[in-house]
Amino acid sequence: MSDTPALDTTASRWRRASAGLALAGLAAFLCADLELARPSPGAELAKMLGGFLAPDFFHTDGLWQALANTLAFAFQGVALGAVAGFLLAMLWRHRTVRAGAAAVRAIHELFWGLLLLQLNGLSTLTGVLAIAIPYAGIFAKVFGEFLEEADPAPERSLPAAAGATSRFFYARLPLIWHGCKTYTAYRLECALRASAILGFIGLPTVGFHLETAFREGLYDQGAALLYLLFILILTLRLWLRPWLVPAYLVAALAWAPPLLEGRWATLVRFVTVDLVPAPLRQGQGLAGLGPWLSGLWIEQIGPGLWQTLVLGMAALLLTAILALLMFPLLSPLFGNRLSRGLGHVLLVVLRTTPEFLLAFVLLIMLGPSMLPGILALALHTGAIIAHLTGRFSEGLTLRADAARGLNRYAYEVLPRLYPNFLAFLLYRWEIIMRETAVLGILGIHTLGFYIDSSVSEFRFDRTLVLILATVALNLAVDALSRWLRGRLRLSNGSLAAP
Amino acid sequence: MNPAPLFHFHQARLGYGPSALFENLTLSIAEGEQVALLGPSGSGKSTLLAALREQRQDQCAWCPQQGALVPMLSVFHNIHMGALHRYGTWHNLRTLIRPAAADRARVAELTGLLGIGEKLFTSVDRLSGGQAQRTALGRALYSERPVLLADEPVSNLDEHQGLDLVRLALQRHRGAVVAMHDRALALACFQRIIGLRDGAVVLDAAADQLSLAELDELYR
Repeated sequence: MSDTPALDTTASRWRRASAGLALAGLAAFLCADLELARPSPGAELAKMLGGFLAPDFFHTDGLWQALANTLAFAFQGVALGAVAGFLLAMLWRHRTVRAGAAAVRAIHELFWGLLLLQLNGLSTLTGVLAIAIPYAGIFAKVFGEFLEEADPAPERSLPAAAGATSRFFYARLPLIWHGCKTYTAYRLECALRASAILGFIGLPTVGFHLETAFREGLYDQGAALLYLLFILILTLRLWLRPWLVPAYLVAALAWAPPLLEGRWATLVRFVTVDLVPAPLRQGQGLAGLGPWLSGLWIEQIGPGLWQTLVLGMAALLLTAILALLMFPLLSPLFGNRLSRGLGHVLLVVLRTTPEFLLAFVLLIMLGPSMLPGILALALHTGAIIAHLTGRFSEGLTLRADAARGLNRYAYEVLPRLYPNFLAFLLYRWEIIMRETAVLGILGIHTLGFYIDSSVSEFRFDRTLVLILATVALNLAVDALSRWLRGRLRLSNGSLAAP
Repeated sequence: MNPAPLFHFHQARLGYGPSALFENLTLSIAEGEQVALLGPSGSGKSTLLAALREQRQDQCAWCPQQGALVPMLSVFHNIHMGALHRYGTWHNLRTLIRPAAADRARVAELTGLLGIGEKLFTSVDRLSGGQAQRTALGRALYSERPVLLADEPVSNLDEHQGLDLVRLALQRHRGAVVAMHDRALALACFQRIIGLRDGAVVLDAAADQLSLAELDELYR
């Protein structure tokens, strides 16, 4: 043999892409502020555990109202978002609709909440719209793709004389109806989490009381709230019956009617005055816009983007590592019934806890730095990807003499699962960045921190520019992830849809 | 009396559930015997091979029909997988990332014999069906166990290539049970031929006492 045979494997292509992402993640870890600001996190953890072992359900004022609000906002928000999204989905072939939907969903529910708060105060309508607007963008994308991927044959076989409406209801809608129903139910689960989190900016949902309880160290009351939220989400399948949905909606509207409380004049003022960049408002004209923007870039947008990128990329790396470590916990190819049962419980808890809440609790425990944010995002997203990957491994059959343990993991299972794992990870990348930005509201210096400060200083012109920066970042990451998926010819990971 | 046979079934019932493939199987295979297993598709060849493996797991090199290889990994890694049990886990993990020169040389020698030397670091999903079969057989050979159990290992190769490959495989194993369809190849390479049909042994004789015509009967 003259020279070594050339390396030409499918695995090496995935390996190179992964190495690139891992290097970016490592670089992010080097740049990240990982200081353990709390001297003894163990003591706080012990106090918290004590609270979780002895939850107090009876000393939070307005607990049941908060729970009802959480449900009402979620139901109304999803209903409105689904209807709007469905209408947009029918126009999905138009570029502007696709771009608009992408921009709208790139803005986090909490950012929408912060904006709407200025117009309609701490009201039901604020909460409902904060969920409905971004969800309309998400629903439009998912339903639009359902319609695109649906079999065109039934419609083609209809006589040409059939009108467009009949065509749609007879030959298009029935094909995607089941998918839409399932996805809407899944979105309701997400909306319950989002609705709870909206309490952190003052809306009267569970999150409001959660924040108060945890900040004041009343962990027994905080634990009770968290348990109630868990119960609500985990029992969703039991009480969410299609024929009950109208009743739930009526109840939600009756409990918390979404009334317009702001005045028309406020809205007009907000759009025509408050959102207008300060130099324009003060009559300096376009000449003043340049210095204003560059000042904003140097002081806020630049640092905010950088911190968001650093935290997000570090979280992506840790997410990947945790997902690869955790998926064997529920794969039938590893462990035994007991280990799979425990793994299932662990992953359900991590998936159900919103990453924002997880970051909040870790922040109290570990003190302010990027560490709580990275851990929270990685634990939550890692559990989701581990769950999807583990589920996928159920379809693998290994040969009778396949190795066991680590050898089995490394040689037989990981190479076969890797394209799916990578697709799930790349799909989640955009969501990680979106959540990273919003963690700023908790005091970590990502874009959300500057957005939150500009709102409390009533400088909404800055808020607008900063929010547009998060949109740009999200769209860029989405494009990069799509390009990578296309290049690696990864399977459609629609399971991990946003 | 002969020593205890390597494989032995006495009125055994093989297969899964109520539709057992073998209702009543009595069969012995002695150590050192090289046996060809013939019979139409669905006659029970794969079931019998799996049952044989169950009896002597540690002594059998295994070359099944499906799910045999990891398509995205290279020929080298797929062949090394036959020998995972010989090395420590850390050595195996390291080999996955960067194989040692000694391991490369050993596998390269084998792939040279198998005729896929230039494909050593090509992934199996980029090989032809015949090359993939050579790799699968290579994995079994590399496990270096005394008895070869193989399920149609050369079905994608032409007769000459098949003959060379089966000879190579039989040279390297004391005993062998190989399922196949090629009657001429069976007569040329093996000492004993077992014919199956509908979950029963319908023929069991030394190869030198059989003719091609008699074997064709099996498939009628």
